[in-house]
Amino acid sequence: MAVVISTSPAPGMIRERAPLMLLALLAVLLVSIVLAIGSGASWLSPGRVIAVLFDAVGLNIAPVELRDQAVVLGIRLPRVIQGIMVGAGLALSGALMQGLFRNPLADPGLIGISSGAALMAAAAIVMGAPVILWLALPKAVMPFVLPVAAFAGGLVATLLIHQLARRDGETEIATMLLAGVAVAAICMAGIGYLSFLSDDRQLRDITFWTLGSLGGSSWRSVLATAIFLLPVLAAAPLLANTLNALILGEREAGHLGINVERHKKLIIAVSALAVGASVAASGIIGFVGLVVPHLARLMLGADHRYVLPGAALLGAALMLVCDLVARVVVAPAELPIGVVMSALGGPFFLWMLRQRRALTMS
Amino acid sequence: MQTPVLQRRALLRALLAGGAAAGVGAMALRPATAAACTGNGQRVVSIGGAVTEIAAALNAMCRIVATDTTSLYPRAVFDLPRVGYMRALAAEGIVALNPSLVLVSDRSGPEAVLRQIKDAGVDLRLIPDDPHIEAIAAKIIAVGEALDLKAQATALATAVDDDIAALRAQVAGLKSRPRVLFLLSVARAQLMAGGADTAADAMIKLAGGVNAVNVRGFKPISAESALDVAPDAVLMMHQTLDAAGGIDAVLALPALASSPAARNRRLIAMEGTYLLGLGPRVAHAGRDLAAALHPEAALSALPERAWALKG
Repeated sequence: MAVVISTSPAPGMIRERAPLMLLALLAVLLVSIVLAIGSGASWLSPGRVIAVLFDAVGLNIAPVELRDQAVVLGIRLPRVIQGIMVGAGLALSGALMQGLFRNPLADPGLIGISSGAALMAAAAIVMGAPVILWLALPKAVMPFVLPVAAFAGGLVATLLIHQLARRDGETEIATMLLAGVAVAAICMAGIGYLSFLSDDRQLRDITFWTLGSLGGSSWRSVLATAIFLLPVLAAAPLLANTLNALILGEREAGHLGINVERHKKLIIAVSALAVGASVAASGIIGFVGLVVPHLARLMLGADHRYVLPGAALLGAALMLVCDLVARVVVAPAELPIGVVMSALGGPFFLWMLRQRRALTMS
Repeated sequence: MQTPVLQRRALLRALLAGGAAAGVGAMALRPATAAACTGNGQRVVSIGGAVTEIAAALNAMCRIVATDTTSLYPRAVFDLPRVGYMRALAAEGIVALNPSLVLVSDRSGPEAVLRQIKDAGVDLRLIPDDPHIEAIAAKIIAVGEALDLKAQATALATAVDDDIAALRAQVAGLKSRPRVLFLLSVARAQLMAGGADTAADAMIKLAGGVNAVNVRGFKPISAESALDVAPDAVLMMHQTLDAAGGIDAVLALPALASSPAARNRRLIAMEGTYLLGLGPRVAHAGRDLAAALHPEAALSALPERAWALKG
């Protein structure tokens, strides 16, 4: 609790700056979107990109080639939208978790969502094909097995941990944290066993999946992710005041007239949905959920009314920029996004920390 | 590593032999270099070591504009851009190369990326790529069809099958069936062995050996169970043997020190893509392995083939 408060610099100054800062973050996101749609491994002039985009909404301003269309509409646009959703969803979940647990190291991985999802994804990679054969399901369900399994895994792990942490109808946050660590360890054992069972091809799949990638995003995966991410985006504004009150402590928040237990459940539920959907769509992308909320607090102060939207905007922008780097630097190949994320985000975060120290010392 | 001089000498030898050999026609002994390549305007991205090797053997190297990180032969591939590892491809990078044809081993992925490449209007052909000797002819024919080199592919497949048959006939006459342990890695003294359904297993059988371990795929085996395995010979890739510190270091590992292989100092090391590529060079690699496994037998050499030249 003390740590959360200490990450907010000189409160008065920040509070006046916060709305402007949010606008600036929005501008940063918009610029990232334009860059991400406009650039990639294949060089398309801005004119051609714009022509394709106009053509897509029925305005034919210039002749459009099939290949341009496939690159912009089939590959880049779903990928950019997926990146925005996953980045915003992970960062927002992280901010919610850190607020709920009053712990600066909390992130979506902590309450078992990521590890449960990872375990089920590994199971789908190693045993998906034989199980489908055994159930005599059509081959067409194959592409859905991994995301559905990952999503279900995340949800089940969260429910299990939540159940373990309940006593007398209340959720004990400290127990939940520890239960999360234990369940994550159990899931890791399962993943270890599955990697032992796997052939080298499946093993590579598991490895790449755990490094995360937005590659292969399609309109279908965008839609599937959106269905589960929208609740967290919709619920976040309602939760800002709760989180602000929770800084004082659970009982104090209750005294302020907040139904703490219900809001706790809501936070856990929407985070599980958002993270489960993100992980199902793009594998495990670390760093965002843990660090972006801190970045948002460094910029915007401790008030969750600013931190939550700020984290969402910043998470989306960071995801887009890192994905852009990932798909351009080693073209025609691609780097795993997790590698870029940590390589760019880590130093940026350290720089922000130094800045803040300079600020509070002066 | 071979010096250019040596390479040229090998080429020269092959060309001279080619003049004499009737074999499978004019293509048989032409080295797979750009000079001898038959272009047709295709721009090909070739993904998968064996797929690339077959395309090169069909003298289509000059059509290839990019390969993946598993394509390591012939040497000309090192001058080409790489689209990454075959199981982690990126759609836009490949489409950006503006290919007219993408040849992919059916072990490549992810599937969503392959679909995106197809949706971009690129002709994408999946080449069957099972790790079995019997699958190689079909692989060659599939690549040949995609490259519009059917006749050449049929000739190549026939030649490779003939070589395999010739090797098998010789191996069938051998008495000994040494038990061979293939080690993918020995890092930190942890042995990773090749079991059934691996290229290593297929090659051991082709060369008249018996796989000493009874597992599926590549699996770590404990030092104790390796003692029980007691292989007659150990098989490794050059790359991993060098990394492990050489023959003596590997055979001195506690798991192997008491094995017949260590007693007789029988550790066979071969170049990775040659041994495990399962491409057109398979029979020659099998023959080299057989000769090493059966030193008592005098195996005759297979006909020299352009695609099986070193380099």
